[in-house]
Amino acid sequence: MTAMPALAQPQIDPTLAPYWAYAADFADAAPDERPLDGFDADFAAQRCKAYRQRILDISQQVSALHVAPAFSCVEIVDLVYNDLMRFGPGRTAADIGPDVFLMSKGHGCMIQYAILEDRGVLDREDLDAYCRPDGRLGAHPDYGTPGIAAATGSLGHGMGLAVGMAQAEKMQQSDSRVFLVLSDGECQEGSTWEAAMMAGNLGLENLVAFVDCNDWSGLERMSEAHRAFHPLREKFAAFGWEAVDAPGHDAEAIREKVLNREGGKPFVVICRTVKGRGVEFMENAPIWHYRSPNPAEYSTAIHGLTEIRN
Amino acid sequence: MRNCFADVFYDLAKADPRLCVVVADISPAGSIAKFRNEFPDRFLNTGVAEQAMIGMAAGMAQRGLRPFAYTIATFALYRPFEFIRDDLAYQNLPVTVVGVGGGVTYSTLGATHHAMEDIAIATAVPNLSVIAPCDPAEAAAATRWCAEQTGGPVYLRLGKAGEPSLTDTAAPWEFGKIRRLTGGLAPEVAGGDVAIFGYGPVLQLGFDLKERLAARGEKATIYSCHTLKPFDEAGAIAALRAHDRAIVIEETTPTGSLGRMLKALAYEHRILTPIEAFSLKDEFIHLYGPHQDLLAAHGLTVEAMERRLGV
Repeated sequence: MTAMPALAQPQIDPTLAPYWAYAADFADAAPDERPLDGFDADFAAQRCKAYRQRILDISQQVSALHVAPAFSCVEIVDLVYNDLMRFGPGRTAADIGPDVFLMSKGHGCMIQYAILEDRGVLDREDLDAYCRPDGRLGAHPDYGTPGIAAATGSLGHGMGLAVGMAQAEKMQQSDSRVFLVLSDGECQEGSTWEAAMMAGNLGLENLVAFVDCNDWSGLERMSEAHRAFHPLREKFAAFGWEAVDAPGHDAEAIREKVLNREGGKPFVVICRTVKGRGVEFMENAPIWHYRSPNPAEYSTAIHGLTEIRN
Repeated sequence: MRNCFADVFYDLAKADPRLCVVVADISPAGSIAKFRNEFPDRFLNTGVAEQAMIGMAAGMAQRGLRPFAYTIATFALYRPFEFIRDDLAYQNLPVTVVGVGGGVTYSTLGATHHAMEDIAIATAVPNLSVIAPCDPAEAAAATRWCAEQTGGPVYLRLGKAGEPSLTDTAAPWEFGKIRRLTGGLAPEVAGGDVAIFGYGPVLQLGFDLKERLAARGEKATIYSCHTLKPFDEAGAIAALRAHDRAIVIEETTPTGSLGRMLKALAYEHRILTPIEAFSLKDEFIHLYGPHQDLLAAHGLTVEAMERRLGV
């Protein structure tokens, strides 16, 4: 009997700042002390580069993972966690803060894991044991994992859950906000619109959603194969939402839209993004939906990472 | 039955602000209307949108509330099935899904409104408890249990209104335990010639059959198997062993039924008590009329049972 070959260890380039260098900055200051108008776009871009690097590192430990779906929403999820959301004590023991984050496109959860690690909610060991039987993180977020508000993975569930959560917060006179990240593909699910209509009916001002419009469903381009899918913003507006468009890798632009909302309704930002953004050969290449780069591809990817501003 | 549910819910909800109701465009029965008037903020109607009903109930439970999702059984379970599975059961949230009109209760409305396979479907899902009370008093006890438990999701299968009481002389209702309805209040299993198992209002037929059996000198004991999941295997084994034969009466299709469950249990435990199972047929029957006529078309009458049993 031959021994199983050891999994390749990530070849981390020592000239690159390690992702956890950024975590130290958070450790020094209570996160919820950071003012909302203190958004540092340069720092955010560095942080997002580091998150992409961390995800690529993890890719070397497993045979496959959802890299490209995570890379299209790095800037969105970073903005939510590291700027819009308040950390600290929440209403339930499992909360990481008064606000709730829900990753409806569960397959994008690598970026959520990287950020939760950065924020100290998950341990480095958790991510190192990603998709291993001795770890607790799977390819879709699981309820019960620290920082994970709901189990997602089946598309079209997040909107209903988030609407229920936002309504429950409102019913309990809490000032919590629910942040929701959806894929464009799951806006094809009828269940998304059932719940979106309820959010409009209920005037859930405390619900803030982002649609990661990377224009790729599993099989083909949304804009080509599903020509009635767009315009999306008008559809949400017709369902009683305040809806805006934004360039999805420009955190400052998205942030401005959120902070300048009129209010009184649920709010959604339709974010134009690029699937696989940050690694040139992964961008808009369907094969990278669920695949790990080989060592040579990993090296190319790591050295090609830049600080993305829009 | 549904009015009893509503009365108990209303009483408990007055004291527990976490209890709330999410319906999908169904007019709330009796006291639920009173609850709606008194606590309009805790009554939500998603409209004709059952996936939203279940998804929202899950989200509300995750943020500290105890929702009851309520509509006709087919729309409560079948339409949003994957939401029940993923949102409620996978996450193991304390949400009660109330399905009214279990079986072929809505006998004039056609099979679109018949929850014929709901027991099989609901009991197949991990974490999901399944309760089907046989009369208003059992519905009340089950509702109380659902409102007070925190363990996980429940599918509560109710009939409609006006069901007769079958449990006046039975020991108290207990979740997860089969309940002897005849032969006195003592908790231990009573022996005898025939054990009749069943759940839901159709268990009335068990009482009718018991009389017919008595006329020819056979003593029958009736058991309400109100909790289909988790099933009281120990109780059922003891009851099977204590009788010479067993009869199962239920208003569901055969696959995944109580009858099949008891036969499997008997086989696993080498129990040789013969089991005769009566259920709905594995058929859509295009008959419109009173509930008992549709049950008759499925072979669920005391006469049809007598014929098959050779009484």
